[in-house]
Amino acid sequence: MDHKRRDTLKAGGGLGVFSLLVAAGLIKPELAEAAWNKSAFEAKNLESALAALGAGKPGDSADVQLNTPDIAENGSVVPVGVVSKLPNTEQIAILIEKNPNLLAAKFEIPAGTAAEVQTRVKMGQTSDIYAVVKADGKFYVTKKEVKVTLGGCGG
Amino acid sequence: MANPMRIRAAVKDGFTEVRVLMSHVMETGQRKDSSGALVPAHFITELTAKHNDRLVLSAQFGPSVSTNPYLSFKFEGGAKGDKIVVSWVDNKGESRSDEAQIA
Repeated sequence: MDHKRRDTLKAGGGLGVFSLLVAAGLIKPELAEAAWNKSAFEAKNLESALAALGAGKPGDSADVQLNTPDIAENGSVVPVGVVSKLPNTEQIAILIEKNPNLLAAKFEIPAGTAAEVQTRVKMGQTSDIYAVVKADGKFYVTKKEVKVTLGGCGG
Repeated sequence: MANPMRIRAAVKDGFTEVRVLMSHVMETGQRKDSSGALVPAHFITELTAKHNDRLVLSAQFGPSVSTNPYLSFKFEGGAKGDKIVVSWVDNKGESRSDEAQIA
């Protein structure tokens, strides 16, 4: 078993799955980038980010939980957790209203995966953080203000 | 490219909980270096996580995700010894894939 692993790693390990697939012509680089939602990630205000996500005017939902500290000690690493109790949650997105890069992350939740994610984000200043969830084709949102004492976007 | 991702996966109450710590600068493109020039944006754009070749999470990141991104999620099922593979691509076309076994 160890020999096989070593050989596989030697053959493909240095390159990484995507590069290998690109090299094999299976994933074209343009395809891989087109999948990244450029208009959503480059949106400069909440409305256009939501529009680019297809969320329009999401309704508030008490079933979307946003777990963040009230005060972030370090704006470079603010823990953010989103838990959706809505059935058939397909997507979770995290937006930081006052960041130059408003949309922080977007997750696709396949069937069988729990509708909860945790990550860490940068916040440039005190701001509302929004969790947008798509469940059963409809969008819901919840928000929470996080105060930041030391900004984390590098300004 | 950087260091391997640290992937920890363990079964608990019928779910496999996965925690990943990636190594990536996640440069926003807003920061200036010591000479006053803007450091170009360099950040992970897409990520996938697979359990025994089945997609269990896909994500798109922007530069607001912290440097050395942390991610935690969980999916139903999974057994000790199963393979978890996490792969990412960044905006410069660089990529990385690491795997771990469920503990």
